[in-house]
Order: sequence, then C-alpha cells, then structure tokens
Amino acid sequence: MRKLALSDDILLKIEKPARYIGGEINMVKKDPKAVDIRFCMCFPDVYEIGMSHLGIQILYDMFNLREDTYCERVYSPWMDLDRLMREEHIPLFALESQEPVKDFDFLGITLQYEMCYTNILQILDLSGIPLCARDRMTEDPFVIGGGPCTYNPEPIADFFDIFYIGEGETVYGELLDTYKAWKKKNGTREDFLKEAAQIPGLYIPMFYEASYHDDGTLASFVPTIPEAPKTILKQVEKDMSDTFYPERPLVPYIKATQDRVVLEIQRGCIRGCRFCQAGMLYRPIRPRSLEFLKQRAKVMLESTGYEEISLSSLSSSDYKELSDLVYWLIDEFQGKGVNISLPSLRIDAFALDVMSKVQDIRKSSLTFAPEAGSQRMRNVINKGLTEEVILKGAMDAFLGGWNRVKLYFMLGLPGETFDDIEQIAVLSDKIAREYYTIPKEERNGKVNIVTSTSIFVPKPFTPFQWAPMNSKEEAEEKREFLLSKVKSQLNARSIKYNCHDADVSELEGVFARGDRRLCDVILQAYKEGCIYDAWGEFFKYDVWKKSFEEHGISMDFYLKRERGEDELFPWDFIDIGVTKRFLLKEYKRSKEAVVTPNCRAKCSGCGAAKFGCGECVISA
Amino acid sequence: MKARLKFSKIGSMRFIGHLDVMRYFQKAMKRANIEISYSQGFSPHQLMSFASPLGIGLSSDGEYLDIVLEHAMEKEDFLSRINAQMNEEITVTDFTLLEEESKSSMAVLAACDYLVALKPDKTSFLSDPERRKEVLSHLNSREKIEILKKTKRSEKMTDIKDNIYFLTEDRKAFENFTGLNYGQISLDETVLPLFYVQLTAGSVVNIKPELVLEALCGQEGEIFDPLCFQIHRLEMYGDLNMKKGEVHTLTTEPRCELVSLSKYGSKWIN
Repeated sequence: MRKLALSDDILLKIEKPARYIGGEINMVKKDPKAVDIRFCMCFPDVYEIGMSHLGIQILYDMFNLREDTYCERVYSPWMDLDRLMREEHIPLFALESQEPVKDFDFLGITLQYEMCYTNILQILDLSGIPLCARDRMTEDPFVIGGGPCTYNPEPIADFFDIFYIGEGETVYGELLDTYKAWKKKNGTREDFLKEAAQIPGLYIPMFYEASYHDDGTLASFVPTIPEAPKTILKQVEKDMSDTFYPERPLVPYIKATQDRVVLEIQRGCIRGCRFCQAGMLYRPIRPRSLEFLKQRAKVMLESTGYEEISLSSLSSSDYKELSDLVYWLIDEFQGKGVNISLPSLRIDAFALDVMSKVQDIRKSSLTFAPEAGSQRMRNVINKGLTEEVILKGAMDAFLGGWNRVKLYFMLGLPGETFDDIEQIAVLSDKIAREYYTIPKEERNGKVNIVTSTSIFVPKPFTPFQWAPMNSKEEAEEKREFLLSKVKSQLNARSIKYNCHDADVSELEGVFARGDRRLCDVILQAYKEGCIYDAWGEFFKYDVWKKSFEEHGISMDFYLKRERGEDELFPWDFIDIGVTKRFLLKEYKRSKEAVVTPNCRAKCSGCGAAKFGCGECVISA
Repeated sequence: MKARLKFSKIGSMRFIGHLDVMRYFQKAMKRANIEISYSQGFSPHQLMSFASPLGIGLSSDGEYLDIVLEHAMEKEDFLSRINAQMNEEITVTDFTLLEEESKSSMAVLAACDYLVALKPDKTSFLSDPERRKEVLSHLNSREKIEILKKTKRSEKMTDIKDNIYFLTEDRKAFENFTGLNYGQISLDETVLPLFYVQLTAGSVVNIKPELVLEALCGQEGEIFDPLCFQIHRLEMYGDLNMKKGEVHTLTTEPRCELVSLSKYGSKWIN
C-alpha cells in the first residue's frame, strides 16, 4: 500500500482528502533515490484547478522522459489542511513520493494569474523554504517561476531564484544539465545562478537593480553582474508538431475543473485584440499538424479513459484545418461514448452544424464575446466582430432551434463613454428582438440572454499598457448604470446581467503593471492572513489596503495614471518579439478607433517575425 | 447483458468517495476496452450502479458494481482486462453474468459483513482480548440494544438488536455462521482485528457498524471516537425472500435467506 504523508486522522478531518493522496491514473513512479534531479511542479491553487492545467501536464511528461529526473507535483492545500499543517508542523509534500518539497532540487511554480501571489508564499512557507530568495541556503530548492505572469515578474521578484521567460518546451533541458554539472562541482548557490543567468530566457531577479525617479516611475533597471544579460529574450517552441505533448496525461480521481482530454490545436493568435495579453505574448501563431493532433487525440483517449475531448486554443476558428479535425473526431469517437467539446468558436454555418451534432440544442447555449457594446469601442479594442455578424449568427442559431445566448463584455475599456456602455444593453436587446421576429409557432419558447461583464485590467505587453484603469468606484458606477439600462430595454425580462467583483480587479491591476516595491506589500499581506485571493470568500480587501498604506505605496500610482510614451516599464527588460514601438503605434491607433488587420490578412510588422516560425514564415 | 463485479478497496483508495470510484471504473472500462452499454441521449453515460456506497475511510473486500455489457464475457477475460487498468489498491476479485430478469444489487441488498479493527497507535477498551470477549457477549445477551439513530430528517431511539445477526471476536465462529471463507483479508497488518459482525443493510433499514461501536461504548460508559477504528467490509448479501419495502431478519416470518451478491442472480450458478 502507498505510504501517505498525512495520517488517517487528518485525512478524515478535511474536505476532499483525495486532493492530497496522489496515485492518480498515469502518475509517474520512480525511485527518488535513483535520480539526479528532483523537480517539484506547483500550481499555486487548489488541486481541482491545478490538475486542470495543460502546461503542467506537458512539463510533467517532458521532465519525466529524462531518466535522471523525477518530476512530482504539489498544489495549494485548502484552508482546512493549511491550518492543520501549521498547527501540527507538517511539512508540505509532493503527491508522488509524499516526501517534503524542501528536499527537492527545484520547486517550479506556474504563475497563471496575479491573484495567486499570496498562495506562492503559502507554498514556500508550508514547505519550510525561506520566503525570500536572498535568505535561502545551499540545501534549499531553487524556486523557479514560469507562465504568463512572468512577463512582468517584478512584484514577486524577491520570492524567486529564477524566472523562466517563455515556453517550457525549450530551455529546461539546458537548465537541468547545468544543474547536474554544478552539483558535481559542489559550487555555491550563487555560482549556479550565475550559470543559469547565461541560459537564454532565464531571468535571475537578484542580479538586477532598479532605481526610481522622484515621481515614482522607474529610472533604470540594470544587471549588477556581467553574467546577467540586459534583456531577456522570450523562448519560443518553433515546431509545434515535433515537440513534447503527453500521450498519457494524469487523470485525477476527483472531478477537476477540466475533466477531459485537452488537445491544444495551436499556440498564439492572429487577431491582435488590443486588450489581450496572450494574443501578444504567444505570437506568432503556430498550428500543430492535423496528423499530430489525430494521433494524440486517439492515444490520449485510450490511455486516460476520458469520455470527453476538448480543443484548446485562443481562437479555434482560425485553425485552418478545423473542419477536417472536428469531423474526423466526430466520425472516430461519437457513438463510442466520447463527447466533443468546442470552446471559442466563431458562430457561423460550420459551427452551428458541428454544435448540432455534438450538443443537445435544447440545453446548450451560443457564446459571443463582442467585448464591447458599440462598434466604435470594438474598433478601439480591435475586436473585429460586427453587430451584423453577431445578429446573423444568432438568427441562424435561433432558426436551428437554439434559444440561449451568452454574451461577454468588458467594462472600463480605455476611452469608454456611458453611451458605449449603454450599447451593451442595446445589443443584448437587439439579439432578443431578432429572436422575436420568428413567428411564434416556429419559436422554441422564450429567449434567454445572459450578459456578463468583467472589469478591464490593462496588462503589460499590450497596446493598453499605457492606459489608466478604472477605479473601483468608477467600475461600480458603470455597473449600476449598465444594470439600469438593461432593465429599461424592451426585452429586459429575457436578459440576465452578471458582473465581476471590482475589488479583486483593482488589485489584479496593481500587480499586473507593478514593480519590485510591491514585494514587501505582498509579503506583509500574506503574513497578516491574505491567501486564496482569487476566491471571493477569502479576499481581504481591508488587509491589502492597510498593507499598501503602511508601505507608503499608492495603488493609484499603478492604476490611474496614463503612462508617458517614454516611460520605462518594469517589464521592458523582457523581449517578447513584439516591440514596444509596435504596441505604442497600436495604442495611438486605438485612440483614433482605427482597426489593424489580423496577421493573415496583412503583416503589421509587430516584431514577432524575429522568431522565424509560424504565421510569420508562412506569410513572408 | 447484465453483469456484476466484486472488488476490494484499500489503502489510500479509502479516501476516494463512491461517486469518484464510479468515475474511476467508467474510465477503467474504457481503457480496458470493455464494451459496456450506454444510456441514450446527448450525454450518454455507462450503465453502472453500486450495491451500496462505502463511506470515506472504510476499506473493503466486498464491494459490488453492476454493469450492462454489449456482449457476454468470460470471467477470466474480464478480470485480466479490468485488473490491468486498476491501481494496486482497487482489485476486481470476481465477475459474473446475471440472469436478464435479475434485480440490481442495490435493490436486493439485505445484509453486510464487517470486520472492525483498531488502528495502530490508538487505544480502546476493546483491545484487551478478555475484556472484549466479555463486552461482546454482554451485548449479545441483551434484550434490547437501543441507540440514537440519526437520519437527515430526524433522530430517534432505535432498537438494533434484531439487526445484528451475528457478532463475535472469533473469525472461525463467524465463518461458520456465514458459511464463507474470507481468505486473505486485505487489511494492513498494523491494525488489530477486534470483532466480526453481520448487519441488516439495504434501502429500508441500513445499520452501519459504527452504530454497533456506539452501542458497545454506551454499554461500557466509554466515549466513542470513530478515528480509532478501521471498519472493513467483508461481504454483501441479497435476500432470496426479498420483497420490495419489506425487511426480513433472522426473526421475521419469512426470515431472510442470505446469498452473497456474487451468487445472487448469477447465470453461472444453480
């Protein structure tokens, strides 16, 4: 029987003990003593969220293909276990071996959203690893961060030894080889970090120094040792069809958020929406070949026993061979107890045909993400979806029998007026009116429209990185205004309005474009009990506010200013291919509400072509 | 083609709830390429049901799962294919095809056997063999065994005397009573077996072994700490005299005639 780190007494006292026992289907078993490198991969949120993440599955598989490495996993203990571990001094452990994380060589933490920052400190704290990199000793693991938030790692710079800037498939091999060689030499911690600093894409925050102007803006950001490069180049996987992708993904016992096989059909996006960070970070778009995807779909379904497969990408409709792939999946698996799920599809004839084949029309809904209510605003954000297209898509779907529509919008976009906001309600109503033009006897009951808004948060490496963000009060006012406008529509009773919490968005905004000075604020908030900030029920806005005040740091400095064209940003030392010059040009075009064509229609010279792959090569 | 499988669930799998065990089996069936039948509709699901859910923390050598197969299968073929997909803590130990008219195991369930053991590093008044013998025989000799039975809706004093069919610290005596040989019981050697008990089970009256422990503690003026005990299910039975809504015990007319669920409705027996 497997040895568990937690006693029966504890496992029987906590919610969902299956979160902590490991042993899942396709879990890799190795003898920890027989490997040179022990790597613990962490998703700093609860198990069911972390287990749903594709990136970790890819890296878990990749690391474990190396005979000299054993990659294990850890997730944030839920609040009930967190308390018991502190009370009983139980060190945080990895799921596979059930052994303490502190004994590992590396602790790799994926940073998927800003609101997980206090959870990183929880992981370190429960593991018994010093929270700040500068306090760590030879026997402590090297703490390495990866994922989207590393494109501005500065607010959490103190807590990490290394940030990996770019796609995981690329330079980990080199890092692990370097580590093995260093371990043999019995060098110091700093020796290893100096060597790591010379591997492309790796950023060692302790080797850099920031200085500030009197107005608080960044004056300089420079390496303090010759081994550390001035700029860090994002690492890109050039061939998506000849790279790591698991054939035997882990299958949890308890239901994870993503309870299905996930097939990443392509990486990157051609669209260039100006609010979208992923759309810029992962340029250029790189599709996987149809053959690769078919092979993996088959093998993964066989090895997991999952009854559902989902396609994943930023915009599936832009995958050129989508219909070949989808019809193949339907032919191959439908009727064999496998459901096919298709997120992020543009609603057109193809989408409706596929949806009618794979879903129950009565139960499923159509999803549109116009992101903004008025055409002017959609031009500002470069979202190439017109009202005509939405109404036609909706009408085609209504005629096909659908009667549920979900609409996603953002509030607080740069340059937004109250008229733009009102148009959200108007557009929702127009869709309902469209429905009621169908003769009553041909209709399928009432139409059901769910309109949701989130609060726009400007992100680094987007054209809106210069833009001010709405304050909590402004966001709340807009929300109230929109609610009143929804209520005054003709079809108000068919429209349900949902909105996102403004407190959390504000903090997310600060972290997204923050700098190193925030490390102390985060550390103090954690010490005073902030954790699981992404979970509304645990978010302690007052504690955060107090922590900012005590450090003399103004949230407004990060949120409300429109940044100057020449301002040096904390993340400017990272080169993602897309240039700051291009982003600024896009920001200016947004102010004139001018759209920029997508990568396939016309290359706009964003800079991503320097990687020499994907769409940039095809178009050239 | 209706079929039934029997499995054991031990070690860390004790912490997987029964709905998740169901999901685990559904995936295992697919990996094993076993042609199981599906319900109709847009989200078809495998036709599969448990005899009786096992609480979190309990272990077992006697769990049952009913399935519907597209085609008949040989026992050896089924067992080797499904067990190739099981982890080391869930093992399918038996398989039988059922008569087409046979009722589900959930519907016919009438009794369960349990072994109650003391967990390592725990103490109990039951650990001393002499005292245990005395305490159990006292309970067995009582006219009434009243305990507070809690359901979702109410709490009431219930006499469970007639629902305890056999209670003993002696494995041989228990095996003589049930007519079964439990063979190697999949319990950790670090636990101390305390007693064996057969209890009424099913949808009308379901007596959990915890209630017997509560009754024993009550009788002796001891505090009942559920964390001390490892409860291990050994077997489940159907009642040949089963009639919907009725509960038969050893003292009713007709009395219950128990047959292990691996034989109940089996095509391969009779």
